[in-house]
Amino acid sequence: MTTTTYKKREDGRKFNELRPVEAEVGIIKRADGSARFKIGKTEALAAVYGPRELVPRFMQNPKRGILRVHYNMMPFSGSGNRVKPGGNRRSKELGVVIRDSLMPVINLNEFPNAVVDIFIEFPQTDAGTRCAAITAAAMALADAGLLMTDLVSSVAVGRIADKIVVDLDYSEDSHEEGTDIPIAIIPSTGEISLLQMDGFMTKKQLFEAINEAKEAVKHLNAVQMKALKNKYKAEE
Amino acid sequence: MSGLKIKEKTIVVPGEILAAGMDYLPSFGTYREGDNIRAGRLGIAQVEGKVIKLIPVSGRYLPKRGDMIIGKIIDVSMSGWRVEINSPYSAMLMTKEATNEFIDKGANLTRIYNFDDYIVCGITNVSSQKLVDLTMRGPGLRKLRGGRIIEVNTHKVPRIIGKSGSMVGMIKHATGVNIIVGQNGLVWLNSEEPAMEVLAVETIRKIEAEAHIAGLTDRIKEFLEKKTGKKIELGSEQREERKDFERKEFENGNGESQ
Repeated sequence: MTTTTYKKREDGRKFNELRPVEAEVGIIKRADGSARFKIGKTEALAAVYGPRELVPRFMQNPKRGILRVHYNMMPFSGSGNRVKPGGNRRSKELGVVIRDSLMPVINLNEFPNAVVDIFIEFPQTDAGTRCAAITAAAMALADAGLLMTDLVSSVAVGRIADKIVVDLDYSEDSHEEGTDIPIAIIPSTGEISLLQMDGFMTKKQLFEAINEAKEAVKHLNAVQMKALKNKYKAEE
Repeated sequence: MSGLKIKEKTIVVPGEILAAGMDYLPSFGTYREGDNIRAGRLGIAQVEGKVIKLIPVSGRYLPKRGDMIIGKIIDVSMSGWRVEINSPYSAMLMTKEATNEFIDKGANLTRIYNFDDYIVCGITNVSSQKLVDLTMRGPGLRKLRGGRIIEVNTHKVPRIIGKSGSMVGMIKHATGVNIIVGQNGLVWLNSEEPAMEVLAVETIRKIEAEAHIAGLTDRIKEFLEKKTGKKIELGSEQREERKDFERKEFENGNGESQ
């Protein structure tokens, strides 16, 4: 299937190594919950507002609260080219995808007719934005005091030529022989709440990639937990 | 490996394993999955005998029957007022619960409470669909005139009020500011002296920030004494003041559903 080999990653990482990560909770004071998550050059800011009253009323669900995710790349966030401000088809779809990957852990039964809004902004992007968004949003939701069975951690894995790689950056994501698989995992059960694939690979490679992702999110989950505890450390 | 996995009174995050094995029971904010008890929200873990529960530290105010809150009139309808109560849901104050006055059919209700008026009110009922009913019948429940409203973390309100109103009583006593603390995290302050009002706000912010550190009352007392230059006697007099407007119980409900 592939003819070339990928010997070394451009930024010198090991094939299963994540980019450097940073996480911080409570960065937006007026929000009910907020978090910042940075992985390499990709940075996501998430702010949670709510539960709050949902208007228009026809969108209300009398059985449980709903979750809305707003995904947005800032105009200057790309690599040189200005991103056109405002939503587009891609951001709308990503909002839905991110929401669906968070829904399995969140319990909004206590909030009929209400909405929880998550706004995710990217001051800087270098591939892996939906994964960074999920990781940041999970922290922000926990910070907002919502009922959650677990956090969600997410990372992209993929294939470059013959190698399985973890946490692709933009140069790898756009590699001509590259396949990109964003995966979101619920750490406590190991369940997968997001799995997408752009490209192709063999079944064996896919399972190998998923296993690599499961290993990688352990680290991300620890980072999330540490950031959350850090904000409330003073309360103990 | 069974037993407790975390230290008591530490912050735990969703999904974190609190205890393994069947030696402990999950309570508020926790859940059991297989052998483990896990945290179901962010909070401080508390162990009481065999029971593990979480004390929330963040999140919005959820209306509860029997709470005394501060609300703002946002709409006036035929039969009453809609009130914003700093929570995911707005509340309804019916005319019947608002006043003893006779009101003509179709009368202009803004004469009683107008838009943007703040009121101290009690919650009489919260339905499963989170329809909240309010009342103005009760000691100290009234419209607020003048003063200022500040917002505090609802989870810190019990510390601001103190045991049977001792903390807020002390601030009122020391500064001479009239203070009403709503369970929903809105606090009303009013005084003839602006400087004292500012000091009272400062004190409340201090309580909010240091609520978890032991010896809070003494520290606040010291702080107020230093700022006002007056000695504070901790007596029963300020506790009685609180009774005027603090009313935990309406009808039979004891207000504590959790």
